[in-house]
Amino acid sequence: MANPTGWKPAMEKEAKGGAAAGTPEGAGAGGATRGLAHEEPLLFERGSTGRWGVSLPRPTGAADPAKEIPSALLRAAVDGMPELSELEVIRHFTRMSTWNHGIDTGFYPLGSCTMKYNPKSSEALARLPGFANVHPLAPPELCQGALELMYQLERALTEIAGFDATTLTPAAGAHGELCGLMVIRAYHASKGNPRKKVLLPDTAHGTNTASAALNGYEVVQLASGPDGRLHPETVKAAMSEDVAAIMVTNPNTLGIFESQIAEIAEIVHAKGGLVYGDGANMNALLGVARPGDMGFDVIQYNLHKTFATPHGGGGPGSGPVSVKAKLAPFLPLPVVVKEGETYRLVTEQKERPRSVGKLREFWGNFAMFVRAWALIREYGPEGLAQTGKLAVLNANYVRKALQGVYNLPYETDSLHEVVFDDGLQKTSGVTTMDVAKRLIDHGFHPPTIYFPLVVHGAIMIEPTETESRETLDRFVEAMKAIAEEAKGDPEAVKAAPVRPFRARLDETRAARKPVLRWKPGMKVE
Amino acid sequence: MDFPEDLRYTREHEWAKKKGDRIVVGITDFAQDQLGDVVYVELPDVGDPVKKGESFGVVESTKAVSELFAPLSGKVVEVNDPLTDAPETINEDPYEEGWMIVVEPSDPKELEALMDAKAYRAFVEEQE
Amino acid sequence: MRYHPHTPDDVRAMLDAVGAASLDDLFRSIPKPLRLARALDVPPALDEIALFGELGRLAARNDVAHPPFAGAGCYPHHVPPVVDQLLLRGEFFTAYTPYQPEISQGTLQALFEWQTFVCLLTGQDVSNASMYDGATATAEAALMATRLTGRKKIAISAAVHPEYRKVVATYLRSTHDEIAVVPFGKDGRTDLDALQKAVNGETACVIAGWPNFLGVVEPLPEISAVAKKAGALTVSVTAEAVALGALQAPGALGADVSTGTFQSFGNPMSFGGPAPGFFALREANVRQMPGRVCGATVDKHGRRGFVLTLSTREQHIRREKATSNICTNSGLCALAATMHLALLGKKGLSDLARLNHERARLLRDAMKRAGFEPVFSGPTFNETAFDVGDAEAAVHRLAKKGIVAGAPLARWYPDLPKAKGALLCVATELHSPELIELFAQSVRG
Repeated sequence: MANPTGWKPAMEKEAKGGAAAGTPEGAGAGGATRGLAHEEPLLFERGSTGRWGVSLPRPTGAADPAKEIPSALLRAAVDGMPELSELEVIRHFTRMSTWNHGIDTGFYPLGSCTMKYNPKSSEALARLPGFANVHPLAPPELCQGALELMYQLERALTEIAGFDATTLTPAAGAHGELCGLMVIRAYHASKGNPRKKVLLPDTAHGTNTASAALNGYEVVQLASGPDGRLHPETVKAAMSEDVAAIMVTNPNTLGIFESQIAEIAEIVHAKGGLVYGDGANMNALLGVARPGDMGFDVIQYNLHKTFATPHGGGGPGSGPVSVKAKLAPFLPLPVVVKEGETYRLVTEQKERPRSVGKLREFWGNFAMFVRAWALIREYGPEGLAQTGKLAVLNANYVRKALQGVYNLPYETDSLHEVVFDDGLQKTSGVTTMDVAKRLIDHGFHPPTIYFPLVVHGAIMIEPTETESRETLDRFVEAMKAIAEEAKGDPEAVKAAPVRPFRARLDETRAARKPVLRWKPGMKVE
Repeated sequence: MDFPEDLRYTREHEWAKKKGDRIVVGITDFAQDQLGDVVYVELPDVGDPVKKGESFGVVESTKAVSELFAPLSGKVVEVNDPLTDAPETINEDPYEEGWMIVVEPSDPKELEALMDAKAYRAFVEEQE
Repeated sequence: MRYHPHTPDDVRAMLDAVGAASLDDLFRSIPKPLRLARALDVPPALDEIALFGELGRLAARNDVAHPPFAGAGCYPHHVPPVVDQLLLRGEFFTAYTPYQPEISQGTLQALFEWQTFVCLLTGQDVSNASMYDGATATAEAALMATRLTGRKKIAISAAVHPEYRKVVATYLRSTHDEIAVVPFGKDGRTDLDALQKAVNGETACVIAGWPNFLGVVEPLPEISAVAKKAGALTVSVTAEAVALGALQAPGALGADVSTGTFQSFGNPMSFGGPAPGFFALREANVRQMPGRVCGATVDKHGRRGFVLTLSTREQHIRREKATSNICTNSGLCALAATMHLALLGKKGLSDLARLNHERARLLRDAMKRAGFEPVFSGPTFNETAFDVGDAEAAVHRLAKKGIVAGAPLARWYPDLPKAKGALLCVATELHSPELIELFAQSVRG
C-alpha cells in the first residue's frame, strides 16, 4: 500500500546548533534557551464591550439600590473595567506567567530571602474548605480546628527558637520587627523610661532601621569588624542606659555567625537593655542552635523564608514573634489560650492589660500558618535539623567552588549564605549588575545584589537545602563562564540579558516620568 | 571629570559661584557621576533660609537619595524650577544649566572657607 | 526526606570538596555552649498520608457547611475555580519580589493591572502594589497625612471598623498624635455636627468607612467638605470591596486617600488572613505613599515593560527616613484579586454588586417577617445590623446548626442603645433565598 498521506518524513541530515553550553547558540549552564513566549497587552487593552467571564445568578431586579441610596452616591458600573471572556482571561495570565522565573522554574539563590521549594501538599491542605472557608468571627465552637492549629504552631515556634511565648499576628518580617520593638518599648515604659536609642550593626537590613525609627527611637549604627562580625568592645562603647535595645541578625546578612553574641547580650543586659533578633536567617540554625539560648529576648520569624510559604509577587509573608517570659504580657492581641480541652482567642485588652494592642485586623495570616504547620509536621525534629545542616553545606560548597573566581571580602566562615563582590571583575569594567544579568541568560535567577551595603558590589548567594548538588554545579559553571567572559568579551556580559522576554529595562525613565496605571491613550515617554 | 577653576567646593560635593553679590549653588560633576541618572530633585522655596552645613534639599537617582548641604548661610532668592521636570539636566550640565539655587549670603566671607578647585580635585582623588 | 535531595554520597562528596570532616564541622563558628544538645521537641515526622490525616482532622473540627452570615471586615464570596488554577501556576506562585524585572514581567504586569483596578474602583490617581491588610493600610494613611500636613490630630468616625481603629491607635502611639473619635447617630451615619466640632486647623485627616462597619453608606461628600474646609485630608476605608461595584468611587466624592482590603475578590476568608490591603491616593502625594509601586517603561529595544519604581521612598534606601518600614506586600492575594476582577469585568462586577444588595434586601425582609428590625435607619449595601433581642445567645443557638450568625455589635459598642440585641449580618451571592429564610427562622428560635 503506497503512502496515502503524501507526506514523506525525513530526518534533517545535519543537526543544527548544539554548540557548547554557555554560548549564545547553545543552552546556558542552567539549561536556558529560547522558547515561544507571547506578547500580551494589558487587560484593559483586550476584550470587547459586552464580554464577561463569570457565571453568576442574574440579579432579579427586585431590589434597586437607588431606592434607598442617594443616586449621587451610586454608579451604574465602574468605567474603564475590562470586558473579557473567560478564555481571554485564561490566555492572558497563562502567557504572562511564562515571562516569569519562579523557584519551580529554576535555581533562585536570592540571599536573605531563603527561596526554598514551596511544598505542593501545603497548597492542597491550605485549600481544604475546613481551613479556607472559616470566618474569623466564627464562634469558638465552630472553629476549634483553626484555634488548635494556631496553638500548636505557636508552641512549636516557641520551642524551635528557644523562647517562652509566641504571637502569630504580624503579617511579615518587617511587621514582626515593628511588633518586637513595640513590645520592647512597652516593657521599658512599664519600668518608667522607654529610653531613646536602638543600636544596629552596619550590616542591618533597611527594615530594621525603619522599624526602630517608627517606634520613635534614634538609630545608632555600629561598625562591624574586619571579620564581618560585631565586636563586644564596639557594643560596650555605645551601650548606655539610654539604649533600649540592640537589633542583631544572627547569622548576619553576610552569612556570618555573630560568635560573640553571648558577650554582646550580656553587655546590653547589664545596662538594662534588650536584645532583638531579626530571624530572617533562621534557616541556618534550625535544630542546630536557638536564638533564645544565645541571649536574645525577642525574635521575629519569617514563615515565608524559613517555612517555605509561597510569596509570589512579593508576599504575603507572616512574621510571628517569640519572646522571653518577661516580655510575654506585652505581646499584641489576640492570644490563643487552651482552657481544659477547648481553645479560645483572647481579644480584649482587659484580659491582657499590658498588651501593646492590635497590629493588624483579625488574627494573622492563617492560611500561611496551615502551610508552616504542615511543613513542621512533615519534617519532625530530624527533618528540621537536616534543613539547617544541608542549607549550610550547600552554601559552603558554592563558596569553595567560586573562591578565587570572584572576590570574597571576608575570610570568615559562612553559614547558609555567602557574599562575594565584583572586585576581580572591575578591571574589565564588568560589574555585579552585569554578572547578575548574564546569569539570567544561563537560566538562573540572580543572587541578591548590592546588599549588604558594607560590601560594595555585593553578590549574596543563598542556595537553601532544597537544591541538589547538580544544580549547584551548573550554577558554579555559569558563574565561572561569566567570569571568563568578563575577561575575554566584557561587552557580551554588559549586553546581558539577551534571552528573556525583555532586555534591560529603563528604570530611570520609570522614575522620572512615572506611569503607574493604565489610562486610555497610555503612553510611555 | 570637570573642576572649573572659578568655583568653590564643599566636602559634600556642592559647588558655589559668586554672581554679583549673590552665590549660585549646585552639585559637582563628581557628585552627579556617583549618583547616576538623577530622577528627582527637591529644592526649597524662594524666601527660605539656608544654613551652612545643613540640608536644603534632596537629589535622587533610582537607587539612592542624597541630601544637599548648603555651602553657606543666607536666604534663597532664586530656584531652578525647570529641574523638577528635567532632572537629567543635573547629569548633563551640572555647573551651568544644572544650577539649583541662588542665595543671598548673610556672610559672604563663608565662601572663602570652602575648597578651591585644586583642593577639591585632590579631595576627590583621595576618595577613589 | 523528599525536599532534601542530598544522598549520603552527595553529602560525602560535598564535604570532601569543602574540606570538612562532617556536617557538624561546618558549624564551628557557633561556640559549643550555644549549640542545641538535644533534638527539638516537636511532634515526630509524618508521611504525606498521615499528614493529610492529621491536618484533615484539624480542618474537620471547623464547621463550614454553610456560608457565614458574618462579614464585619471579612466576606464570604464565590471565588471561581479559574482563579486558583491560574494563581497556582508555579511561575507566578513561586517567584518573589520582582527585583530582576527581565524575568518577572508576569508579576510586574499583573501588579500594574492590580494598581489600575484599585484606581478604577476607588477613583484615585495612583495605587501601590498592596499592603498587609486594610487596617495597616489605614494606619499608614493616618501617618502619611500627619507627615504631609505637619499636623498632629486625626479624626476617625466611630463607625470605621473597630479592628482598623485599634490598629491606627497602635501605630500612632509612638508619634504621640491625637485621635478624636467622632460618634455616629441613630441612622448609623457619622454625626456631621460632631465632626465639625472635632475637625480644625490641627487635624491632619478625617477617616470614614465606605460603606462603614455598620454596613451603612456614609454622606461622604459632606464629610470630605468638612475636612477640606479645615485643610485636612479625607481618607475613605472600604472593607467590602464588592460595594465599590455599586457605590460611587470615593475619590469622586472627595476622598484624597482610599484604603481598605480587596479580600472580597479572589481570596477565601481563611480565618482572617492573608488578604490584599490597598492604598490609593491623588497623584500629587505619590512621593509620600508607602509600599512598593510598579511603573511602565521600555527595555533597551523599545518594547514596553514594567519595573518597581519610586524605590527611594522605601526602607531599603531611605532607611530611617522611609515612608514606612514595609518590605513584603500581599502579592499573591493581589494577584488573585486581579484575576477575579478580570473575570468579572464591567458587567460582572455590576451584577455581583446588585446581587449582593438584592440578597441583603431578601435577608432584611425575612428578618422583618421573623420580627427583627434593623438597628440603624441609614441606607446599607449588603450588611445590616438587626435587633435580635440577645445577639450572643442567637450566635450560640445558630452555631448548633453549624451557622455563623453574624457579629454581635456589643463586643465593640457596649454603650449602643439596643447593644445587647444588635447583630451585624451580611448576605452575599453565596446566601440562597432558602438559606436566608432558614436563617431568619432559626434566629427566632
